[in-house]
Amino acid sequence: MALKVDKLLDCSGLLCPLPVIRTNKAIKEVNVGQILEVWATDPGAPKDLEAWARQTGHELLESVTEGSKFIFRIRRTH
Amino acid sequence: MAEQVGGVEPRRRRLAVIASKGSLDMAYPPLILASTAVSLGWEVAVFFTFYGLDIINKQRLHRLKVAPVGNPAMPPPIKQVPIRVPNLVGVLPGMTDLATTFMKSWMAQANMPSLEEMIEVVREGGGKLYACATTMGVMKVRAEDLIDGVECLGAAAFLDYAANADVALFI
Repeated sequence: MALKVDKLLDCSGLLCPLPVIRTNKAIKEVNVGQILEVWATDPGAPKDLEAWARQTGHELLESVTEGSKFIFRIRRTH
Repeated sequence: MAEQVGGVEPRRRRLAVIASKGSLDMAYPPLILASTAVSLGWEVAVFFTFYGLDIINKQRLHRLKVAPVGNPAMPPPIKQVPIRVPNLVGVLPGMTDLATTFMKSWMAQANMPSLEEMIEVVREGGGKLYACATTMGVMKVRAEDLIDGVECLGAAAFLDYAANADVALFI
């Protein structure tokens, strides 16, 4: 079942620490329960966003790799 | 996020960084870690000491440089031409500025934020920037030489903060 995405954040071409910093800002721009989709190309992004979700408590619903592009879907939990 | 036990608010994780170097390349690591930590919801303090104080100096922040001498890791200036500049050449006038220009252009091509932008992220996230009181005295740096919002601190006060840090780093 496809998730309904409420906001899209494109971090393509950005390196650490920007994908994490921008994701942390963008999650505050959706309501609790809504879903943020993040695109990234930084090879460190999958592990970084996993760690960010663990540390902040937001829910990383999906982490998908499409070639050199990573797509994350995150639910704001608080 | 740490699990809540017995309804008690979990303590926020805490990062304590000492930034002791004043070259452009060495200004990035403490600010990358500090800006990331505030994005993780951590409590953050960076203590700028000795040459590291230049990172929060209004005038000097924009003039941090890369040292080409004694730096065997300097890559070839032009990626397509794999010729490294001999270390000895680095002593010639203008070489420090040249190395700095190259580093800045690589940073810009990689879309890396400026040091000012990273400092802003740290401050917006509630991170604290501390100037080493001793360095200010030794280097004759006045409070008004530093960027706004910086507090002056001594070693004991920083250690008191760092004693409860989850991650403490000297850079």
